[in-house]
Amino acid sequence: MATVDLHTQADVHHHDDHDHDHDHGNFWTNYIFSQDHKIIAKQFLITGMMWAIIGGSLSVIFRLQLGFPDANLTWLKPLLGGWITPSGKIDTEFYLALVTMHGTIMVFFVLTAGLSGTFSNFLIPLQIGARDMASGFMNMLSYWFFFISSVIMFTSLFLSTGPASGGWTIYPPLSALPQAMPGSGLGMTLWLVAMAFFIVSSLLGGINYISTIINMRTKGMSFTRLPLTIWAFFFTAIIGLLSFPVLFAAVLLLIFDRSMGTSFYLSDIYINGEALPNQGGSPVLFQHLFWFLGHPEVYIVILPSLGITSEIISTNSRKPIFGYKAMVGSLLFITVLSFVVWAHHMFVTGMNPFLGSIFTLLTLIIAVPSAVKIFNYVTTLWKGNIIFTTAMLFSIGLVSFFLSGGITGIFVGNSAVDIQLHDTYFVVAHFHLVMGAASFFGMLAGVYHWFPKMFGRMMDERLGKVHFWLSFVGVYLVFFPMHYIGIAGFPRRYYSWTNFETFSSFSDLNTLVSVAAILTFAAQFIFLFNFFYSMFRGKLAPANPWKENTLEWTTPRHPKHGNWPGEIPTVYRWPYDYSKPGAKDDYIPQTVPFSETPESNLPHENELIKLEMEGNDAIVVEKKNH
Amino acid sequence: MSLIIGLGVILVLGILYMIFRIGSLVSLVKDSKEGEHPGNDTHGFLFLVFLVLGLGLFGWYSYTHYDSYVLPIASEHGVQTDDLFWITMWISVVAFVALSIVMFWFAYKYRYNANRRATFFPDSAKLEIVWTVIPAVVLALLIFKGLRVWGEITSPASADAEVIEVIGQQFAWTARYPGVKDKQLGEVNYKLIDAVNEFGLDLTDKNSFDDFKALELHIPKGKEVHLKIRAKDVIHSVFLPHFRVKMDAVPGMYTNFKFVPTKSTQDMRNETGNPDFNYEMACTEVCGAGHFSMRFLVVVDEPEDFEKWKAAQEPWLKQNPDYLAKVPAALKEVAMIKSGIPIESGAGVGATSQTVSISN
Repeated sequence: MATVDLHTQADVHHHDDHDHDHDHGNFWTNYIFSQDHKIIAKQFLITGMMWAIIGGSLSVIFRLQLGFPDANLTWLKPLLGGWITPSGKIDTEFYLALVTMHGTIMVFFVLTAGLSGTFSNFLIPLQIGARDMASGFMNMLSYWFFFISSVIMFTSLFLSTGPASGGWTIYPPLSALPQAMPGSGLGMTLWLVAMAFFIVSSLLGGINYISTIINMRTKGMSFTRLPLTIWAFFFTAIIGLLSFPVLFAAVLLLIFDRSMGTSFYLSDIYINGEALPNQGGSPVLFQHLFWFLGHPEVYIVILPSLGITSEIISTNSRKPIFGYKAMVGSLLFITVLSFVVWAHHMFVTGMNPFLGSIFTLLTLIIAVPSAVKIFNYVTTLWKGNIIFTTAMLFSIGLVSFFLSGGITGIFVGNSAVDIQLHDTYFVVAHFHLVMGAASFFGMLAGVYHWFPKMFGRMMDERLGKVHFWLSFVGVYLVFFPMHYIGIAGFPRRYYSWTNFETFSSFSDLNTLVSVAAILTFAAQFIFLFNFFYSMFRGKLAPANPWKENTLEWTTPRHPKHGNWPGEIPTVYRWPYDYSKPGAKDDYIPQTVPFSETPESNLPHENELIKLEMEGNDAIVVEKKNH
Repeated sequence: MSLIIGLGVILVLGILYMIFRIGSLVSLVKDSKEGEHPGNDTHGFLFLVFLVLGLGLFGWYSYTHYDSYVLPIASEHGVQTDDLFWITMWISVVAFVALSIVMFWFAYKYRYNANRRATFFPDSAKLEIVWTVIPAVVLALLIFKGLRVWGEITSPASADAEVIEVIGQQFAWTARYPGVKDKQLGEVNYKLIDAVNEFGLDLTDKNSFDDFKALELHIPKGKEVHLKIRAKDVIHSVFLPHFRVKMDAVPGMYTNFKFVPTKSTQDMRNETGNPDFNYEMACTEVCGAGHFSMRFLVVVDEPEDFEKWKAAQEPWLKQNPDYLAKVPAALKEVAMIKSGIPIESGAGVGATSQTVSISN
């Protein structure tokens, strides 16, 4: 700890100049069009939370239909108007709109922008020791493009023809032809425009994350000393940068097909008593392009959460994360493989079966690094000294979901088994657990964990723990029963199953799922209350509330733009020196040099002391140049 | 009424808030007594409770409700894919249960204790290799079996398979059979589709004359069935849950699925003890408002019954003799013979061709 103080004191003289531009500016430049990564992160977080409420309430509405098919929903009329039929039922078109928008909102607006946008922005500069992102201006643009995208997508919810309704995967021809469903009219146009802005936002953000991590690490912060959060954000940004442009292309071609009479995805269509002139296109082409993003997208959603969890589990187990290199290696391996597994979403779409074989092989390989990650989390808990902070509870919840949801990937990734399970509730259960609930829990864990750094106050831990247990049990009650429903063959995106004798059972399980979904959704309001209440009335946060090693806890309680008042601290060690044998405390921050901890150094670390001395000389030289 | 409900909600929220505030104040006093991490043991214990209850429910439901979530198998390849499914299931369940027990047990066992310190255990090459290799080997076995089964299922149908065309449209299925005379499906062209000619039958192709339409999918037991699948408007997906068959219907191209039904509808009625049992076909690719209503009745006949049923069906052309006018003059007689339109009604043909040309 002494070093930290020493640094801040010593550096005040040299870096006064840096404080100048921080407190200036007006309300608009400080809070609205801010270029401070911390403000931008909070903007993403708040916007993401609003989207999560919308996305969640949409799912509650369609769960009402599925769980209580006979209920009279006239009481929703003030909210939904004409979407409730005179007999008090949800309109069948609107049901599909709900499903579609729930998926779109959750995948893109909550778990991509809300998650990466929040934590990549907030943590990258703070944890690598940078004053801000490589380009604060681009970072600001990234948020505001996301904002425009959000406004457009939100507007589409209020169209009389409804928002996009062809599923979040927007397969043409359904999404290309307004004759096929009303949601494919203006609703789909707005969806496509909103996604184009979203992609721009995501690319601006991603470029920033990558260049910041590569170029702006503080002295001593080598790649092997990066916290796993940063590694995860780094790979996430790379995946996004390489895959989102392909979605952009897919969207663009779809726009051409819709408005300019091209036939990229359309061929031989007879609809509403009319044969369309389009010939030669292929709907399967769209699916290839879509899933080329769509599959990496699920890793864009889950990797940041895995990174956040690695950090939280290690800190609260008071143990180094087990197998740091293996954790980075598995992230890298997942990143690479995520680009070559996309067609496992398409085993039964008419794609060449030989391709199906290749993609089965590649898909099941990706299970190996995922399994390694779970083993490493569990081993990190072994012989730890586990403190169940709310963030820790959510992280353990994440590992549990990642396990139970990930393991069913072995079923659906195997083409022969997927024939029966494809597009049934088994798939719904699988991806909601592994990428939905898991990454949502990662996001919540992150909020609970870094809230003190964001707002200088602590969230209420008791409310947090009530929130956790309701959510954890709730999520399992929602998604575990879906496996049975899926094995029984129930297709997804069905308004009702009563037309089929084969699917006439399980109304009891569906009611259970709906009740659990409503309760789980309600439990999130405990979080919202806690969040906003603690922002103003929470206990003041100590400097390092979780006794964590990473750099963000060396900043003041309310870091200004620029993060450190003095010089940026130098890093001397990896971030996971917890409970090191011989050490006084059970944690040694990254800023503590080996020369100060002779009692706990490992043999090879003693050799690094000499380098540290040389490093100090370098600083001196630098200072002389000023 | 809604005012009362609203007031009630506000009251409940208010009470909850008061409880929260009082709790906060109490905890300020208690924290100083209970040490650093109040309630830590509770959560470790709750994880154990969750583990035991969760696994208990999982085991109990899976065992007692087995018959309600497993559909009986009615095709040859279905036995193989279900085998693979259950092998994967057992491996998964063992891994899932073992890892869950280990994880929640660790969470409980190693919960915080002020007098203890965590073990510094940053890595172990041996362990890492073990749990990289074990999943890799297990997955390799699953892939190996999976690909073999997949290869068999997707191999081309044999030449003597019973070819049936299945067509998806918003929001119904139709089937077209090649007819008993030529056993060949006639050519189709989507531009020829109209209100009556819903297949878009190309009547210049003589194979189309005896094709017939069916509003139920009849298939023979014990014989290979080759479904040629297409869609007229948007993507649909053929799903025959009991036969473990699923394949998208895509506008602009044919997709294929071949399978051998092993149990007739009557067999299945006997097996399930349900005299009203029927096979069904569903759509599993979202296709619009009526997606959930695309039910198509499937009947598996004994082979001889199937042949009888086929022979009893009227060719499409016979049902719509007006369309004889679209048959080239040279083929008209063949068309009438193949479709079973009596030749002596030839006079009528001229008349209808006139009406058709007028309506055109």
